[in-house]
Amino acid sequence: MSVPRRDGSVKRKRILIGKLGLDGHDRGAKVLALALRDAGMEVIYTGLRQTPETIVRTAIDEDVDLIGLSFMSGTHMVFVPKIMKLLEKEGIKEEVKVVVGGTIPTKHLQTLKEIGVAEVFQVGTTIREIIARMGQLLG
Amino acid sequence: MKEVKSSLSEWEKNSLKPWISKHPERESEFKTRTAGIKVARLYTPLDLEDSYTDKLGFPGAFPYTRGIYATMYRGRLWTIRQYAGYGTPRETNQLFRKLLSWGQTGLSLAFDLPSQCGYDSDHTLAEGEVGRVGVAINTLRDMEEVFEGIPLEKISTSMTINATAPIMLAMYIAIGEKQGTNISRLSGTVQNDILKEVVARNAWMLELEPSMKLAVDIIEYCTRHMPNFNHISITDYHFREAGADSVRAAAFMFADAMEYIRWTLKRGLGVDDFASQVSFFLGSYMDILEEVARFRAMRRLWARAMKNTLYAKDPRSLQFRFAACTGGSMFTRQEPTLNLVRGALSLLAIVLGGAQSAWVSGYDEAYEIPSPEALRFGVRTAQIIGEETNVANVVDPVGGSYFIEWLTDEMETRIQEEINNIESRGGALECIRNGYYQNVISECAYQWQKSVETGETVIVGQNRYVEKEEPDLKTYEPDPRRRKKALENLAKAKRYRDRTRVREKLAHLREAAEGGKNLMPYIIDAVKELATVGEISDTLRDVYGEYRQR
Repeated sequence: MSVPRRDGSVKRKRILIGKLGLDGHDRGAKVLALALRDAGMEVIYTGLRQTPETIVRTAIDEDVDLIGLSFMSGTHMVFVPKIMKLLEKEGIKEEVKVVVGGTIPTKHLQTLKEIGVAEVFQVGTTIREIIARMGQLLG
Repeated sequence: MKEVKSSLSEWEKNSLKPWISKHPERESEFKTRTAGIKVARLYTPLDLEDSYTDKLGFPGAFPYTRGIYATMYRGRLWTIRQYAGYGTPRETNQLFRKLLSWGQTGLSLAFDLPSQCGYDSDHTLAEGEVGRVGVAINTLRDMEEVFEGIPLEKISTSMTINATAPIMLAMYIAIGEKQGTNISRLSGTVQNDILKEVVARNAWMLELEPSMKLAVDIIEYCTRHMPNFNHISITDYHFREAGADSVRAAAFMFADAMEYIRWTLKRGLGVDDFASQVSFFLGSYMDILEEVARFRAMRRLWARAMKNTLYAKDPRSLQFRFAACTGGSMFTRQEPTLNLVRGALSLLAIVLGGAQSAWVSGYDEAYEIPSPEALRFGVRTAQIIGEETNVANVVDPVGGSYFIEWLTDEMETRIQEEINNIESRGGALECIRNGYYQNVISECAYQWQKSVETGETVIVGQNRYVEKEEPDLKTYEPDPRRRKKALENLAKAKRYRDRTRVREKLAHLREAAEGGKNLMPYIIDAVKELATVGEISDTLRDVYGEYRQR
């Protein structure tokens, strides 16, 4: 997947996969990172124990188009709103898409969408579905 | 055998061939579910080498293939021990009492992530996690509340704790003493397996070497003072949950075991001084016969390794004692009640495999930490298998099955080959440092995911026979006040304690750490003065440095 830049060069879409806080369940995040790479995207995996600040900093430094956050211990409602606020503060909330995956209860879907999360992938979503949806979001 | 051989070829010619020409088989080849071992159509006496005494022998005797005790479950069923812990210490105490009232026979304590990683509830990294996936423990007061009214002398407790294991064990010891129990009588298990943390479970704290040193401190302390306590529970469960296949996970676990043993021997203990209290924790999944064969193979492999490689003499050092749990990652979000079936079948494999204790993952695993109802179903599943099915009435009831014995041999060979591979690469610690374990696991996880998505691996309700409707499931609701309560408990303990004495004990701990002493006595002293998990961990982080993920 690639888009021409203004200067005519081609930039591959860049995706950041991140894990926040103390949640150590990284199987899904790592598998997705491998699959995205195989699908031809550039992937930056942050590793564990990130903060909203380090995630947003990395997103800016690496000039990513999409941030994918994985939550398996139930802290999404703590971290995602913070990330969205930081992106807004940095003025990149519109251009950087955020998607969330993991053990996300259905009752939280609406709130997450309302604060600007582009998509939520609950447990049991296939990698194929995730990549397809990310592709749509990236245009 | 000659007779079997000739009648087999006769059967192939006269029965099999005409049958198969009219009734083709479902697949061109059949493989075990996670190790991918190709299995034949039929196994016969020809597949068994004639070496009953060498390979199988009798239960309670070398090589322990058939079980580590002579009568196995005819004497006593395995310990039923659901992994549990919620929110505040009070809530967890109530949960423990409930579990015991349902007929659970041991306790298993789940800590929240800040407690596991060495942060107090008021630390910024603890945000959102206080009392979330287990109980929040900051000081001895919290732990006392968890075990209020529960006599430690009468019940064994397993603690899933690793990086901060010395602190939590110190608290457990302090409570035992306060209850008037001689600590030599305490029984239970502290997981204390830091190697798998940095590879798969990820609740790490200190750099690798100091982490190993602390693990050995616990082994040494328990060996000298708590002979009935399992000072380590070396696991393959988290390797499998992270994606490793059944063979690789087992080999990683055994290679880790060898590493812990080498480090402990260097401390000056003899192998028979401590090996009897080395225990293991394994995962069990859906390919029942693969799992059963694996448990049996591991018992034999361990006995042989301890005898032939480490020259252990005490029979107890050769006995592979293990707890096992049904793999949570195989439980689906779709049709969650089907996970009750998966849990039961997977527990059946554990029981046929001869475990010493077991638990079943919550059927609501894909949604939340287990609801009390899910925990009760876990206890009841064990009771049904133990008291209705009769599978526990005969020792090693599957022993002698041509297929099971063939697969047991195959498993042992394959696991041993991978252990040799790891040893030739410099051993467990080196293979973790250079990322070998991590890469193998990620690759396995990726391959598995692909095989699920192509439908090659079937998961009912998820990639075949899929229902459209969302289930209506009542899941556990975390108490929103749990953080506030934890902070209140912490503030109260801090007001109560003698600050000068806390500072003094932490200074002693620091000196001991810098001087390379066994830290257990110093940590016990500190927790008794209500030093917090965070304060003790900060002291250790300061001396030893924090682990940095590669």
